[in-house]
Amino acid sequence: MSVPFDGLVPATDSDVIAGVPARFVAAPTSTEEASAIVRGAAEHGLTTVVRGAGTKQDWAAPPRTLDLIIDTGRLTGVLEHAAGDLITVVRAGTPLSELADKLAPAGQQLAIDAPIQTSTVGGTVAVNMSGPRRMLYGTVRDLLIGVTVVRPDGVVARAGGKVVKNVAGYDLGKLITGSYGTLGLVTECVFRLHPLPAISAYVSRRFTSVGEAGHAVAAVLGAQVVPTAIEVDAGPDGVVEVCVLLEGVPEGVEARVATVRTLLGGDHPTGSDTAPTWWSAYPWAAGDVGIKLTAALSTVPLLLAAGQAARERHGVPLALRGSAGTGVLYASLPGTTEPATVAAVLDDLRAAATNASGHAVVVTAPSPVRDRLDLWGPVAGLDLMRRVKQQFDPDARFAPGRFVGGI
Amino acid sequence: MTTIDALAATLRTVLGDERVISDRQELRTYECDGLAHYKVIPALVVFPHTAAECATAVKACVEAGVPFVARGSGTGLSGGALPRADGVLIVTSQMRQIVEIAPQDERAVVQPGVINLHVTRAASPRGYYYAPDPSSQQICSIGGNVAENSGGAHCLKYGFTTNHVTGVEIVTPDGDLVHLGGRAPDAPGYDLLGAFVGSEGTLGIATEVTVRLVRLPESVRTLLAAFPSTDAAGAATSAIIGAGVVPAAIEMMDALAIEAAEAAVHCDYPQGAGAVLIVELDGPAAEVEAQFVHVERFCRDNGAFEIRIAADDAERALFWKGRKSAFAAVGRISPDYIVQDGVIPRTALPEVLHRIGEIAAERGVRVANVFHAGDGNLHPLVLFDDSVDGEAERAEEVSGAILDLCISHGGSITGEHGVGMDKAKYMPRMYSDDDLDTMQLVRCAFDPRGLSNPGKVFPTPRLCGEVPGRHKGAHPLQEAGLAEVF
Repeated sequence: MSVPFDGLVPATDSDVIAGVPARFVAAPTSTEEASAIVRGAAEHGLTTVVRGAGTKQDWAAPPRTLDLIIDTGRLTGVLEHAAGDLITVVRAGTPLSELADKLAPAGQQLAIDAPIQTSTVGGTVAVNMSGPRRMLYGTVRDLLIGVTVVRPDGVVARAGGKVVKNVAGYDLGKLITGSYGTLGLVTECVFRLHPLPAISAYVSRRFTSVGEAGHAVAAVLGAQVVPTAIEVDAGPDGVVEVCVLLEGVPEGVEARVATVRTLLGGDHPTGSDTAPTWWSAYPWAAGDVGIKLTAALSTVPLLLAAGQAARERHGVPLALRGSAGTGVLYASLPGTTEPATVAAVLDDLRAAATNASGHAVVVTAPSPVRDRLDLWGPVAGLDLMRRVKQQFDPDARFAPGRFVGGI
Repeated sequence: MTTIDALAATLRTVLGDERVISDRQELRTYECDGLAHYKVIPALVVFPHTAAECATAVKACVEAGVPFVARGSGTGLSGGALPRADGVLIVTSQMRQIVEIAPQDERAVVQPGVINLHVTRAASPRGYYYAPDPSSQQICSIGGNVAENSGGAHCLKYGFTTNHVTGVEIVTPDGDLVHLGGRAPDAPGYDLLGAFVGSEGTLGIATEVTVRLVRLPESVRTLLAAFPSTDAAGAATSAIIGAGVVPAAIEMMDALAIEAAEAAVHCDYPQGAGAVLIVELDGPAAEVEAQFVHVERFCRDNGAFEIRIAADDAERALFWKGRKSAFAAVGRISPDYIVQDGVIPRTALPEVLHRIGEIAAERGVRVANVFHAGDGNLHPLVLFDDSVDGEAERAEEVSGAILDLCISHGGSITGEHGVGMDKAKYMPRMYSDDDLDTMQLVRCAFDPRGLSNPGKVFPTPRLCGEVPGRHKGAHPLQEAGLAEVF
């Protein structure tokens, strides 16, 4: 097959996004090359999806149509690590794990402990992936201080910069974060870094009731121990494990561990310098149904209870896990669950999340299930979002249909 | 009847006579914000009390094709709330209800006119506080903080307004009420909240704000260290940051700033200091104690000749008094001054301070330096006497040269004061035309008519092409040959 312009190659059988095969693939090596390719795609009216490590292509809805995959596999590398200024400039195709290895010798980290460390920086930004330590450090939106984007018309735009404190102009980094590749191609990111803590300690306790676990979490939140994370794991067996991460200097952590042990209850809690096996891992495996639930902090126990009720009511092995310290939980169901059952469970969870001032969003699901579901639920400000999309991508060529409201 | 007269009549029926000002003398009260050398008398001033009233006011402006500017307490330092002579100033200062303090959710819900410090006052009996602390926190409003993405001394550790706002209710530039974000994190869809915070009133008006509350720290330790020079104080700062300590704040003042503060508030800083550092640590007691020892040592190792440690809150307040009053204090040693707000990578501090010294000396202008040393946010105070011919121009030159210096070091023209009217002209020095054009795509999505605080942030407005809902085509002005798209 011939290609419409230089820089593209015909797609192979493996160049498929969420079941939709592409016609062409491009792997630019620089922002300039990426811009030329995107310009070409605009001239030829090609619908385009950006691919990093391909670890989350089954997330959200599949693209409505797909002509071109822009692969960031050659847009890699750490361009700058200014240790004294605690910032790094990194190209979008760089895996998180590789970035972490580059930063560690200086005693620094990008504090995004995302569940999928093989993901690229760009993919992480695109879906705003976060891990347990978001409780202390925030998420991508809080750490991304500068961004270079190739717009759907090929124009290269930068926002933010290389200093943490900067209010000059709109914060496009936040707009791009979590936009699922619908506003353009991210080629470079500038991140704020944090020092690696001297030591880390995990204090865990298992509870047999959601209520007890909720009280324990509230007690830790109300204390002055400044946890880095408070995670909860509620498996299908009804046991709820709470684990608190404390980081800092040895003298400080020791005292805080003692306090948290007391708060979690008597002699039962266990302390360890390693994380439990379930730490920072989604409760689902490839091919399963994954749902993200959010809630106002004090209503996290309501979500846990709703999960338990759904388990009993629908006879499903629903698992819940996530950040009790920030109000973000992830739910999973086996991929083999009947679509109608998944839909019923989602309804229950969404009702609970709405009561908890939050949302239930389907992150991933096998296609027969996905086709039956409203993945996003109600979206406030959707009209403004459509208008933003219209401005950036008037022909709806970037990841069409993948985002909220069919954006 | 003029457009403005008709609009005033409409607004009076909605808000009542006493909440619509059209008397020229009364309008004068609102002719400037905290940046007093820009003055414009607005055509009308209105005071909504509710989100619905604010929306009605905006809708009336849109229908009349009249621009509007939002204003909170009017303390901004970039002219972001500078009125339009042909427009309506919508003042949110009477919307000052604290709707809810919800420590169990680590949230507070407030109206935009609520004073920053009042959130902390309301939350602290429950053991929580609102972290962003601009120096004007006793008078500035949360709505203004949201517009400007305000910072403060403690944002080194805790982040800026944008990191502490989880939801807003806004009146869009169309006059619609829309919620962005909320009490829970990660609302689905684009992070329009992230784009809105810091948009300086150009994307609409916040009518209710949900903010994060932070648990009060168990321990706070503060020291004041006197150094022979800013170089030595800078080296101590580098040592602290380099050791992986994240203080709540590290603030520096140079000799001239200290002189001014002494004259104004008698803060009794150590005699003969070329620079002082205020370093504050907060957090769990054991953690703070362990790190404080290191901080003290880093100061001493880098030449601190006197270190005072605050024994109690009163002494801590005295340390901070000199720093927080520094801007106003400069009035004691100079009739006029310009405050800049440039940012540089922290490691460039010694070089940039020397260069500022040279620039000032070349032009015969005095510059006092007060800054957030931990994050490289400089506040050079350029001193001048407006009554002396040519001094104001020279001060303005020095001021611009300092911003160029910041940009050439990879920094920013503003760290916390905003672009507003004052720094719009510098935006093209920091960003390319394409960068600015891209930012304005967001503007066009929210405000295709360009009525919400026009003339701020961007030096050149972008024609938005089409108003949503219409089909594509040339802009009417463009068709009529009256304007070009650029």
